[in-house]
Amino acid sequence: MKLGLVIDLDTCVGCHACAVACKQWNTSGTSGPLSDYEPYGAEPSGVWFNRIRHYEVDDYPNNKTINAPMSCMHCEDAACVTVCPTGASYKRPEDGIVLIDQDKCMGCNYCSWACPYGARELDRESGTMKKCTLCVDRIYDENLPEAERQPVCVLTCPSHARFFGDFDDPDSEVSKQVRQRSGYSMMPEQGYQPTNKYLPPRQQPAVETHKPRQVSREEHSAEDKPMAQIQRWIAQQLKRQA
Amino acid sequence: MLEPMSPQLPKFEDHAAQTVKTTTCYMCACRCGIKVTLEGEKIRFIQGNPDHPINKGVLCAKGNAGIMKQMSPAKLTQPLIRKKGSERGSGEFEPISWDDALDLLTERLRHIRATDPRKLAYFTGRDQMQALTGFWASQFGTINWSAHGGFCSVNMAAGGLYMIGQSFWEFGDPDWEHAKYFMMWGVAEDHASNPIKIGIEKLKRRGSKFVSINPVRTGYQAVADEWIGIKPGTDGLLALSFAHVLLKNDLFDKDFLLRYTNGPQLVICAPGQANDGLLLRADATDDKSDTQVWSLKSQSIQPWSDVHCEPALFGEYQTADGVTVKTAMTLLAERYLSEEYAPQNIADKIGVDADTIERLALEMAHVAFRETVEIDTPWTDWAGREHKSFIGRPVAMHAMRGVSAHSNGFQTCRAIHLVQVLLGAIDCPGGHLAKPPFPRHLPPPIKPATEMAPNTPLSGPPLGFPTAPEDLAIDANGDPLRIDKAYSWEAPIANHGLMHMVIKNAVNEDPYAIDTLMLFMANMAWNSSMNTAQTQDMLRQKGEDGEYKIPFIVTCDAFNSEMVQYSDLVLPDTTYLERFDTISLLDRPISEPHSACDSIRQPILTPDRDVRPWQEVMLEVGARLGFPALVKDDGQPKYQGYQDFIVNWEKSPGIGFLSGYRGEHGEKSLVGEPNQNQWQDYIDNGCFFEYEIPPHQRYYRFANKDYLQWAKSVGFNGHDGPIVMELYSETLQKFKLAGQGLYDGPQPVKAVDKQRMAEYFDPMPFWYLPLEQQRISSEEYPFFAVNQRPMFMYHSWDSQNAWLRQIMAQNYLYMNRKRAESLGFTDLQWVWVESHNGKIKVQLKLMEGVNSDTVWTWNAIAKQRGAWGLSDNAPESTLGFLMNHLISETLPTDPATGDHSENKSNSDPITGQAAWYDLRVKISHAVASDAKTDEQSLPQFEPLKPLPGQAPSPEVMRYSAGRQVNLKRSFKDTILRGFK
Repeated sequence: MKLGLVIDLDTCVGCHACAVACKQWNTSGTSGPLSDYEPYGAEPSGVWFNRIRHYEVDDYPNNKTINAPMSCMHCEDAACVTVCPTGASYKRPEDGIVLIDQDKCMGCNYCSWACPYGARELDRESGTMKKCTLCVDRIYDENLPEAERQPVCVLTCPSHARFFGDFDDPDSEVSKQVRQRSGYSMMPEQGYQPTNKYLPPRQQPAVETHKPRQVSREEHSAEDKPMAQIQRWIAQQLKRQA
Repeated sequence: MLEPMSPQLPKFEDHAAQTVKTTTCYMCACRCGIKVTLEGEKIRFIQGNPDHPINKGVLCAKGNAGIMKQMSPAKLTQPLIRKKGSERGSGEFEPISWDDALDLLTERLRHIRATDPRKLAYFTGRDQMQALTGFWASQFGTINWSAHGGFCSVNMAAGGLYMIGQSFWEFGDPDWEHAKYFMMWGVAEDHASNPIKIGIEKLKRRGSKFVSINPVRTGYQAVADEWIGIKPGTDGLLALSFAHVLLKNDLFDKDFLLRYTNGPQLVICAPGQANDGLLLRADATDDKSDTQVWSLKSQSIQPWSDVHCEPALFGEYQTADGVTVKTAMTLLAERYLSEEYAPQNIADKIGVDADTIERLALEMAHVAFRETVEIDTPWTDWAGREHKSFIGRPVAMHAMRGVSAHSNGFQTCRAIHLVQVLLGAIDCPGGHLAKPPFPRHLPPPIKPATEMAPNTPLSGPPLGFPTAPEDLAIDANGDPLRIDKAYSWEAPIANHGLMHMVIKNAVNEDPYAIDTLMLFMANMAWNSSMNTAQTQDMLRQKGEDGEYKIPFIVTCDAFNSEMVQYSDLVLPDTTYLERFDTISLLDRPISEPHSACDSIRQPILTPDRDVRPWQEVMLEVGARLGFPALVKDDGQPKYQGYQDFIVNWEKSPGIGFLSGYRGEHGEKSLVGEPNQNQWQDYIDNGCFFEYEIPPHQRYYRFANKDYLQWAKSVGFNGHDGPIVMELYSETLQKFKLAGQGLYDGPQPVKAVDKQRMAEYFDPMPFWYLPLEQQRISSEEYPFFAVNQRPMFMYHSWDSQNAWLRQIMAQNYLYMNRKRAESLGFTDLQWVWVESHNGKIKVQLKLMEGVNSDTVWTWNAIAKQRGAWGLSDNAPESTLGFLMNHLISETLPTDPATGDHSENKSNSDPITGQAAWYDLRVKISHAVASDAKTDEQSLPQFEPLKPLPGQAPSPEVMRYSAGRQVNLKRSFKDTILRGFK
């Protein structure tokens, strides 16, 4: 199995619901708590697994805004795992989820420097690195309703811009979305073979315009054009009557 | 979907220690259904309820941050009273018991009620229980009540209710299932949070086009297929230009106009006479009698209700008495066909090129008339005509704050609805669908109460819908009866009151002095007032006798807002997870287009503080004061608390706050006798009730016979006659006649009121320059200035939330990059922003997605130091800023006349909607300095003192419910696979 996420940049409105849901679930989840520093102070910050970036593309007035949620890509060749000196970071062979064993991690930050996606964060309170677990503590939990055995970012997304599934299964929703919508990897040139994929904004076909009306010569030369048009409508309704 | 839990995985969740309860979110005004998982007494997880009609399982950032609302150190913990001898606003409080607090409050209110009930002004902010607070005010006997709609979106509500019998948001939604073209006007991130996101995704998946009209490209605009960066306050002109293009090209739905609007009705054309512009009626002395049309069949004037007479949509005719009449549609066509509204003549004013304007109108026409949707369900209209299907014009729209908060917003909303009506895109498949109890007749038949007497309830609710000058709340001299001057000549159709004027008017004793101002969830000392600094001064202002101009201020809130500090008595409320609540059809409904819905909240947690739900407090105080609806003949309370009241109180027989599970055994829907098990029935159903409307009643409900009969039977409407859309508003014309001195009834006396009636109460939508901008030089103040809330905070009134403020804790002033560069401004520099009313220092940020004549910021990020549990050096206070300082609650002096004696409120002249989007500013470089202290926003305010019992805010927070189960990597895996 190759589990991961597909994120639809066509419908992501940048609302941060996925990021906060992630924070909420995971602060009480397997690698929680996710510490918050100065939560009411001068420089509020904390540990998050998922952050939303907003970019503007092109110049006014042809600018477009792209919202890009970024979390662990669960790379096939994960640099964060390669550099880990303690063996805390690993990629699960059974489903491809990249995880950190909190008991082995010494918080050295190597992995966060190695990760080009900014997906790993140091929890200064626990002294360990933390990252997206793909909600491993939900997705296999048979006590949850089947439909809810998904990462919370996917469950909560109001604009249904997130999909979860097995990329090894060609019939899975994620595989289909990637095929149909030309899903692509973020920064493939880095060579880590990220599992997560992004769907580009759709190119909507142009809407046709209704044909403008042909204005008759008389109406065109009328002094009071609005009146001429209203007179024509009056004539029409009489004609319809006849 | 996945293989069963692999044996290597530990048991992460201790489900045996968890309980799951449903309730309704209150992190904003969207009111989604939520499931809350508790572990012990701590919240493990808040998620969307998949069964809920509003959010269908999803939840926004705010809803997901509910835990941090509960954890907020700003929660009020006990009733407080201002220390004797201390100055108001100095933050000197001492605890008071609930018994003493309520004794004190009751005695004060008892005296007011027995002497002069209007001396209690009761205004509620961002609440969602206006039906209950309004009921309370009405029982008390004061007309000085309203909620926050006057500075929120009354223009939107009134514009729709007086024209199409519904509006946007709570009143109606785009048909997300069938729309092929969607136009969104202005900021909409607030109303409503999740349904719009869900809907936009559906549209995009189906390949519908999404056009956004907004000076700023943020939020939903990010995913729009086309962005029209219009100049603020000019939307009405764009809509009317669309109308021009549609009419000019014969692209309008004539049958729709004939059948469902007053387009064919005859209007009297008698300039200078008392009946000019009124509708021709069967009996001129009875404005309830039949309106008239010109029958093409009989070539004579016939009643509109004669559906077989084949009315003319256009034409000028003579009555038997020789009076000239024209169809309403003729008057509309004469106006909008005028070159004044041609795209090339408005392009510069609105900042959109003429070709684009014409193209958008022709695109909508193409979709409406060439891509028609048809649903094969037979239905019958009010006149008995049978239709084999519902024909849909799949062009949908949504508009909200951006249009509403201008002083031309009411007429602009009408202009937008006009385009929808011309396209025939109202309550049809793919168009704009009403949500029950809407559509309602125009306008809803409730008049504002005007008469008060000691110890006597009002004869009706304080707020209502005037249809003529006779309905105004004015005295014999024409002066306002209400403290906020709603329903006076200053704001005749102020359906939601003018909360933004209450403090100023009370302090100026204009029209009179009050005794007690009672505020619920309203931060009038900060971001909910225009002119914040001066409002704080007003709250502290004393008269010559040394007494405060507003003698007693009571605030009920759950959190330590800035307003708390300016109160004499503070009554702490519960959070949304700690109380019972109703989200009622009598109030601000949560219905969906095809189902009538309401919902409840139930306590998930027990409060750990000495707090009480405001509902309970109101009912107790009401009973102590002897409100007839709340006490028995022997004076004892009629209800044992809120739950008992909700179950057993009936507005009219069979109709109460909750519409579900009525009848003795909960077997009846919408109407039925009280059910003593009603709360539990709601809880068993996930805390909501949904009544699905059958397929043949789902569209054209303004004329759908079966729907109209059903709507009457369940009390939504008073009768089952058709709801006729008023393209031409006779109501507005009556006020106009009053301004012209022609009306046969009350008329304004002051010149300024006459001018405003005559000019702005146009029976047909029109555009005018916003009032403040009429008096401000656009050369001196070259930028429009607007503000909005970010999606992750909109309506999230207990900010700053520890998680959400990590996304944003400082606001900037955003400016178009090219424009900024042309003026020599750079990213992140400090600038002065100046309006006619004041000057603030702020930090600038450059961006592409903003109209080049506009600057904007995120609203209400800024907080006064010490409020909301934030530290004194929080960026919300040191770097953030309120634009409110620049906005005046009164209009500037008219430079043409120099007369400031008649400075009216900075509001829409029709509805009194606060016009906080009309602002114009100039921007200059702040003096460069390396000193760190200079890098702060101005003005700065003194830090507020901590309240008694307020725990210090934590330096580090490690929130967790339950235990953490680490997923260990096996030794074997480490050895065998190494660094993989």
